Amino acid sequence: MTVARSPYLTRRSHGYPPLLAAIHDPPKRLYMRGEGSVGMLSGPAVAIVGTRSCSPYGAQVARRLGRELAAAGATVVSGLARGVDAEAHRGALEAGGPTVAVLGCGIDRDYPRAHAALARRVSEVGLLVSEYEPGVEPAPWRFPARNRIIAGLAGATVIVEARARSGALITADFALEDGREVFAVPGEITSALSRGTNELLRLGAAPLIEPNDVLAALGLEEAPARLSLRLSDQASRLRELLADHSASVDELVERSGYGADVVAAALVELEMAGGAVCAQGVFRLS
Amino acid sequence: MLTYALVGLEPRRVEVEAHLQRGVPAFAIVGLADRACQEAKERVRSGIVSAELEWPLRRITVNLAPADLRKEGSGFDLTIALAILAASHQIPPGSLKAHAAVGELALDGRVRPVGGALVVAEGARRAGIEFVLCAAESAVEVALAGVDSVPVHHLAEAVAYMRGDWLPEPALRGTNGLPQLASCPDLAEVKGQRRGRRALEIAAAGRHNLLLAGPPGTGKTMLARRLPGILPALSEEEALEVTRIHSVVGLLPREHPLVAVPPFRAPHHSSSMPAIVGGGSGPSPGEASLAHRGVLLLDEFPEFQRPVLEALRQPLEDGVVSVARANGRAVFPARFQLVATMNLCPCGGKGDAAGCSCSAVRLARFHEKLSRALIDRFDLVVAMPRPRAAELDGSGEEVSALVRERVQAARARLETNPPRMSAEARALLTDAVERMSLSGRGRARVARVARTIAALAGTGEIGREHLAEALSYRIPPELTT
Repeated sequence: MTVARSPYLTRRSHGYPPLLAAIHDPPKRLYMRGEGSVGMLSGPAVAIVGTRSCSPYGAQVARRLGRELAAAGATVVSGLARGVDAEAHRGALEAGGPTVAVLGCGIDRDYPRAHAALARRVSEVGLLVSEYEPGVEPAPWRFPARNRIIAGLAGATVIVEARARSGALITADFALEDGREVFAVPGEITSALSRGTNELLRLGAAPLIEPNDVLAALGLEEAPARLSLRLSDQASRLRELLADHSASVDELVERSGYGADVVAAALVELEMAGGAVCAQGVFRLS
Repeated sequence: MLTYALVGLEPRRVEVEAHLQRGVPAFAIVGLADRACQEAKERVRSGIVSAELEWPLRRITVNLAPADLRKEGSGFDLTIALAILAASHQIPPGSLKAHAAVGELALDGRVRPVGGALVVAEGARRAGIEFVLCAAESAVEVALAGVDSVPVHHLAEAVAYMRGDWLPEPALRGTNGLPQLASCPDLAEVKGQRRGRRALEIAAAGRHNLLLAGPPGTGKTMLARRLPGILPALSEEEALEVTRIHSVVGLLPREHPLVAVPPFRAPHHSSSMPAIVGGGSGPSPGEASLAHRGVLLLDEFPEFQRPVLEALRQPLEDGVVSVARANGRAVFPARFQLVATMNLCPCGGKGDAAGCSCSAVRLARFHEKLSRALIDRFDLVVAMPRPRAAELDGSGEEVSALVRERVQAARARLETNPPRMSAEARALLTDAVERMSLSGRGRARVARVARTIAALAGTGEIGREHLAEALSYRIPPELTT
């Protein structure tokens, strides 16, 4: 197999991201692939990381953060892994915004393979970067090292969902060591998937309640709000109910007093308007 | 004497000839008879002796013509016995002309029922034969074919009848028997589950295939089992069609053999391909055909072997299964409604508070098994999350009979005057194709479901709300990626 020679940055290159240069152990070389400009590595950036096996809640939060932060002009940095990472990249791509995937293998390797298409889309508007030469295979010990680059590139790191002893917590540790802002998304105390993030909150991480929290830390302005939706009465009512907490169709039937047919139709309306998302039969506001 | 062999669901005329000649006493059956059929020798001999008739001490040759058609099973016993008795002049030979016979002999001469008696009787009717001798248990079934059944309990009775000494109870011609009782559990027993009930009603009205997905214990199977109870009864023609299939497999109850309500089949997920789509050297119909005009429930759908699932694509598309075997080819009708249930992941934890503990590889294999082509056959997909306790004490639920009335009305409307798509609904559909990335097939499916929903609502036009509801039953992206 022939290995395409990729351009790379060294620590002395012009354009080597200053934030990354400031960490304890900056990579000697940074290989890059993609259409995005090298400048996006030096702009305001936020790392969004979390567990691979995320819940629908985690997936939705990651995507929303990716979308809104990218729309406000922050570069979304993550690791192209399953779960939270992929959702963050997808969110940023939805906003057409800059996004950077830091790999734990050569930049010509698509890992995980299931994300080959996502990697291609990231490369179309953003960058895939790695400290490893092209052709280097993924290996378990490379991922913690990769995490220091993710944390190093970003001014703020958001942990969306993490079990106790999740790899995402390693990223948070790196960010703290480098003196960066660390946010944790609060989760239900009954969910094992939120154990790690809630633990972080106890240790003093900033709770992330809305995307603005991160934007303020990065010194960015909020993107202009989307146009308000024009909804039918039923859809508006369901939106109010969903604002309390996520719910299944059956629960919404119970609480709204509408029939199952009306609720189903109104939810589709809400979904099409971008006001709600559904996972595994449970709806939540987006 | 005449009887009929089954090839798939088709009767083939078989003439049974017996010849006695002088020589060392012997008994041979020729004409491609299989093992069970060869063993008829012993049963027929014992049966005749037990009926206190004379076993001719001659060289007996029985020929089953045509000689190149394979004959299987024990249904020829009665016919062979009567042919031998006629050849030895123990019953008047002329009396056999107007008769066909089907049944197995017991060693004590009793006549036992066999599968496929209805098909044999239909063959007889087509050949213009009016009387069919059969086991008492098969009497009603045979009569369904529109011939006079002559139910006999014992070979001696058959002989007495042939001699004109005895008449059976009044012949039942063309009777439907008694209406079969629906033994399906009622919807009233299901608490809450508004969404699931609604989907079930739509599926019943539009004959849509339904997939219920959710963590274990959320009532998927409970709901699925109640679908037959809200389906309208079969028409007379449909009922005969279904009864014929069930007859061949020997599934008919004795008292009211006519299958008048849609059949319900729920094969276990370990079932083999021939068991599901039909086959065997016979070949004989499988579960897919037994569910013809009814419901085929595949519980724990992804647990079925992949080839079995793929084999279901032909009947789902064409409504028939064609099975080719070395000994012949058979086409079985299989126009069933498919209902499947599945967990959202192999461990079943997904969608539950506990969460999923499946490895990525295991998940990938799970999704690979559910080929897109197969998932695409489901018009309605319902995700069933675990209900909260508060919903479970819902009371005053509708009974199946009420729902069935609405289903019937909607079906009538769909047949005579199907609702047409309004401009508003069309615009919404176009919009949805773009935003929800519906495939071409997905689009057609949503339109079909919307038509059923409008018919249930009793309107002539598919409105925006009908289409929106139909969209809510589309295949969720999480099932395929």
